[in-house]
Amino acid sequence: MSPTFAPDVKARELIAFRIGQQEFCINIMAVREIRGWTVATALPHAPDYLRGVINLRGAVLPIIDLALRLGLPSSDPTARNVIIVAQIKQQQIGLLVDAVSDILTLNDEHIQPTPDVASDLVKTFVRGLLPVEGRMISLLALDHVLPDHVLETA
Amino acid sequence: MSKTVLTVDDSRTMRDMLKHSLLKAGFRVLQAEDGLDGLEVLKTEQPDVIVTDLNMPRLDGFGFIEAIRSHVDHKSMPVLILTTEVDSEKKIRAKAAGATGWIVKPFDPVKLVDAIRRVAA
Amino acid sequence: MDPMEEIRQTFFQECEEQLGELETGLLNMQAGNQSADTVNAVFRAVHSIKGGAGIFGLDELVKFAHTFETTLDSVRCGRMVATSGVMLILLRAADVLADLVHAARENTTLKPEQTKSLIEEFTKLNIEPTETSSPLANVSVTQTSLLVPLHPHNWKITFCPHPELYVKANEPALLLRDLRRLGEVEVVLDTSRLPELHQMDPDGAYLSWTILLQSECDEASVRDVFEFVEGDCDLNIMAMIVEADNPEEPPEFFDGFEFFVSNNVELPPALAASEKPEIIVKIDNLTTKPDPTATATIRVDLERVDRMIDLVGELVINEAMLSQRVLEAGIVRASGVAVALEELEHLTREIQDSVMAIRAQPVRSVFQRMPRLVREVAAQTGKQVRLLTEGESTEVDKTVIERIADPLTHMIRNAIDHGLETPEVRQASGKPVEGTVRLAALHRSGRIVVEVADDGAGINRNRVKAKAIENHLINADATLSDEEIDNLIFMPGFSTASTVTDISGRGVGMDVVRRSVQALGGRITISSRPGLGSTFTLSLPLTLAVLDGMVVNAAAHTLIVPLGAILETLQPRAQDVHPLDRQMSVLSLRGGYVPMLDVALALGYRSEAIDPTKSVALLVECEGGSQSVLLFDTIQGQRQVVIKSLEANYRAVPGIAAATVMGDGRVALILDVDSIVSTSRLELPRVEMMCAADTLMEAS
Repeated sequence: MSPTFAPDVKARELIAFRIGQQEFCINIMAVREIRGWTVATALPHAPDYLRGVINLRGAVLPIIDLALRLGLPSSDPTARNVIIVAQIKQQQIGLLVDAVSDILTLNDEHIQPTPDVASDLVKTFVRGLLPVEGRMISLLALDHVLPDHVLETA
Repeated sequence: MSKTVLTVDDSRTMRDMLKHSLLKAGFRVLQAEDGLDGLEVLKTEQPDVIVTDLNMPRLDGFGFIEAIRSHVDHKSMPVLILTTEVDSEKKIRAKAAGATGWIVKPFDPVKLVDAIRRVAA
Repeated sequence: MDPMEEIRQTFFQECEEQLGELETGLLNMQAGNQSADTVNAVFRAVHSIKGGAGIFGLDELVKFAHTFETTLDSVRCGRMVATSGVMLILLRAADVLADLVHAARENTTLKPEQTKSLIEEFTKLNIEPTETSSPLANVSVTQTSLLVPLHPHNWKITFCPHPELYVKANEPALLLRDLRRLGEVEVVLDTSRLPELHQMDPDGAYLSWTILLQSECDEASVRDVFEFVEGDCDLNIMAMIVEADNPEEPPEFFDGFEFFVSNNVELPPALAASEKPEIIVKIDNLTTKPDPTATATIRVDLERVDRMIDLVGELVINEAMLSQRVLEAGIVRASGVAVALEELEHLTREIQDSVMAIRAQPVRSVFQRMPRLVREVAAQTGKQVRLLTEGESTEVDKTVIERIADPLTHMIRNAIDHGLETPEVRQASGKPVEGTVRLAALHRSGRIVVEVADDGAGINRNRVKAKAIENHLINADATLSDEEIDNLIFMPGFSTASTVTDISGRGVGMDVVRRSVQALGGRITISSRPGLGSTFTLSLPLTLAVLDGMVVNAAAHTLIVPLGAILETLQPRAQDVHPLDRQMSVLSLRGGYVPMLDVALALGYRSEAIDPTKSVALLVECEGGSQSVLLFDTIQGQRQVVIKSLEANYRAVPGIAAATVMGDGRVALILDVDSIVSTSRLELPRVEMMCAADTLMEAS
């Protein structure tokens, strides 16, 4: 092979969405589909950010209210809200957000580190910041979005 | 192009095992569960080698080989039988029926591939 | 998964099938059917197990299977007559073979004495598992045994194929190619015997080769290359001593041949077996007439089937939703839309049934295990037992089959151990000495029914009642019907036999059977006639993918309570409700007290318990036989629901067994009765539950 290849630049596609006034994004590879809000069935003994479960073509899908999960104010969802169905390892979950805003293509070098001043909750989920056309978008990692399984393995 | 081997055995374990070893060695593998099933496969496929068990329901290995040898399209197809070390009587019978060679069970994957290379163009 | 491990699992799975075939075949033989097909099938089963065992180096299994197979071969060839004595040995051998398979599966071994006695019996039958190794017939190999150094550097091989070699599709070019792997070869083709074209027989063999092989291999390696063609050729292998300082020089014996073919030229294929259309005999009808009775099968990953079942479940729900919308839209019944919808509904149900049928399997695999069990228990108890099976081809979901094996085993043990009398007693009461246990399966109104019946003494009701009183299961003054007394044997801790035997074991009684049947969404009942015997009847759902449930409301939430757990529906009256503290009350029920539990409160749907008199109550039975009353707001009715896992995308939720999707497309949760009751810690001590038995009787 010739040595004229450019160094490997990690271009990635991200899907951006809004929660209140803030914008977040996640890797598009993790997104399975986007659908409108449907009423969820509440689960007993669940954390507040778990809105319940819905039926996704025969599978039971837990719905995470991402606003509550990130410690932001949340209101009861309406038909205008959307659910982003995402794949985390072997599981699929639904993320309740206000609206999908953009699809971005970026290189890793555009990602700026999360400032140290951020709260612990933010640091748990936010992997970096992206300045896009004057907006600031937080890149989320989904690994810890579901509650930990520690105590539940009876 | 990789060579095609038709394996004929009523034991799923043996079929899986043959398939595993043959795929690893780069062969394409067809499977049949007994002699009749094997003949059915030969209606549409022209394998380079056939590996067959002898003791099978419906049509056993001997009958299967005889049917192959008497068929115009298949008569020059190499057929290896699966046999055991001690069963020399079966080897002789299979040879008489037209078997090209044999593979001794439990087979060693290397020897299996060797035997096939020895009879397949 | 590691492919070898996967094949290993296939092997053991296949072993189970083969063991089943073996047992069926041997029993057929025992019953007098010793046709070639039957004996062959039996032989093949053992042979297959041996073959697979060889792959995995299960030597003990191979050894035993081999001895077994040799005996069967003697029967097959008519060298030995399968008398009833021989059949008994063969049946026991099948049992031992099964034990060996199971031991191998668990990576353990059997004690040598377990196989030794049988191997001795085989020997007593005058069967020597001889390993005849007669040499190949017709070997026209001239073996050259010159005195040669151990590792000569050159071999001279002359190879002259006979026509038979070509008939068997052997190919000299390939053998020569194979020789090249041993070392440098120089090949000389001898065409001196080639006749004129018009004299040539297309099936003839006219070519021969002389090969000089430079290799340090031994003679066996060279001979090995020609292994397949021994007998179909003249082969001469001769060691040549080569001058060490001049190994490259071709030896003089190459002089005089007409052709010299170097080792990297592809040799022409044999002239035989090609280009002879004129002598073709068409034997098309011989080739492929598949047995019309055999059904073709394919193996499908269970996951795919389950995915399809899920999707069809979804289809059913969607169809129901559509119907509802149409109804809401006020479209008249006779309209085209409504008619088409009805058609759709019909089709959807049919698809659902067909998909469920994919998972269905005949109960045969479980039934096949029972003859052995009967033999063993009969031997242990000294009873003579005949097992009759019916409806082996009745189909039911794979998982149900897997999970009824244990309860059935227990019921059959119980039937022989407790049901049947000893031969002496039977004779004295004018019954045939041999007792009969009948195992039958049939479909009845969308469920599978399995019956285990014996022609024994029937339930001794006086003794059962006395025992129940003694164990504080019922009050001494309780008046019970015959049926109620019979059903007492399902009470936890109940043991009927006055002498506790090895076979049925202490404490593990019919209550365990009943629990495991209930866990499958099934019911078990007994009917007994004194002196004539007892019949246990198991009724099970055809599949575990669906569940019969009671749809209830707890606060604003819809829940499903598995029907199997519900004993009865109650409307608590104020005078029967006795509060113990602010949160908890008990309900007096037929002289006993049953704890009450507001499910909505337990699940955190509300913070104050419902007033029991304004609620609907379900009396449920929990693990261990204790009872509780669950309170709900309203009951909607019974429904069959498709079970969906919560764990697939989330995790287990305490108090909740699974989820389902309702007609409106929303998810509803299926209550885990045992878990909700035990986590609420509302159970009362057993002593206070003494009268619960009455309730139980009425419910069953």
